[in-house]
Amino acid sequence: MNISLSPEILFYIGIFPVTNAFFWSIMLSLFLILLTLYINKRLKQIPGKLQNIAEIVVESGMSFVDSITNDKKKTKRLFPLIITMFIFITVANLITIIPGQAAITLHKSEGVVPLFRAIMSDYSMVFVLTMVTIIIVQVVAIIVNGPFGYLGKFFNFKNIFKNPKSLPLDLFLGFMDLVGEISKILSLSFRLFGNIFAGEVLTAVMLFLLPFFAPLPFLFLTILTAVVQAFVFSMLTLVFISMASEIDQVEI
Amino acid sequence: MDVETFKFLAAGLSMGLGAIGPGIGEGLIASKALSAIGRNPEAANKIMPMMFVSMAITESTGIYALVVSLIILFG
Repeated sequence: MNISLSPEILFYIGIFPVTNAFFWSIMLSLFLILLTLYINKRLKQIPGKLQNIAEIVVESGMSFVDSITNDKKKTKRLFPLIITMFIFITVANLITIIPGQAAITLHKSEGVVPLFRAIMSDYSMVFVLTMVTIIIVQVVAIIVNGPFGYLGKFFNFKNIFKNPKSLPLDLFLGFMDLVGEISKILSLSFRLFGNIFAGEVLTAVMLFLLPFFAPLPFLFLTILTAVVQAFVFSMLTLVFISMASEIDQVEI
Repeated sequence: MDVETFKFLAAGLSMGLGAIGPGIGEGLIASKALSAIGRNPEAANKIMPMMFVSMAITESTGIYALVVSLIILFG
């Protein structure tokens, strides 16, 4: 058993190392883009099988996003991001249970390197997805509150003349808000990465100990985790953005 | 006792202690959700996804402990 936290390097383009997780994420993106273009080109009045599936996914996703934002305009703007994240993470997690892929290896001078790796068990991939969410949340918060309103949330000097005694408490609460914003990055990315990587390690250990039948319940757990974690990640993205886009109406 | 021994000890302790809180929390969530479904079975379709989401959020501290112990072991 060789388990490594960082993805294995397959080959170099110039000085840029191409890892197996990166390679497969590009492949998966290409596959999803081509599938979307194919469905988009063959849209019909009477839907076929593929179009039916796509319609079910898009419609139920749309109504779910609408039930959280309660605003048609917001839904139209947010829905593409949310559904892209959901589909990408779900498919990336689900393709790890295709059997026999771990046997395909690449023989290199440094040793044997597996050609396939679960995409979300590469921390940099998860971190990029998280940063997309966090940057959008911050930009939306700045646009909605204005730059000074945004800074005022963290460094609260509004009540300095009315009630000077509350200044230390206000500053402390602002500091806690700042810590909360930073801890969002860690919590959002570690949740997805930890679940998928732990699932991989658990299945590997189980296959190593008892190769027949014993890993089956853990594979069920892997399927459940794959869908639930993708749902949680995209849902938290949605909740963070829609929370940031609401104006505080507390101080009336 | 050398560094390797302490590494394994630390990984085991981190995972074991970190699993206590999420275990209690997920048990509470499941019991509340199931009693809610028992009281109103038609709402099961609305309660189940919310239950999974809140479980996944409760689980996150356990996942942090897991990530820490994995980094200790394989990092």
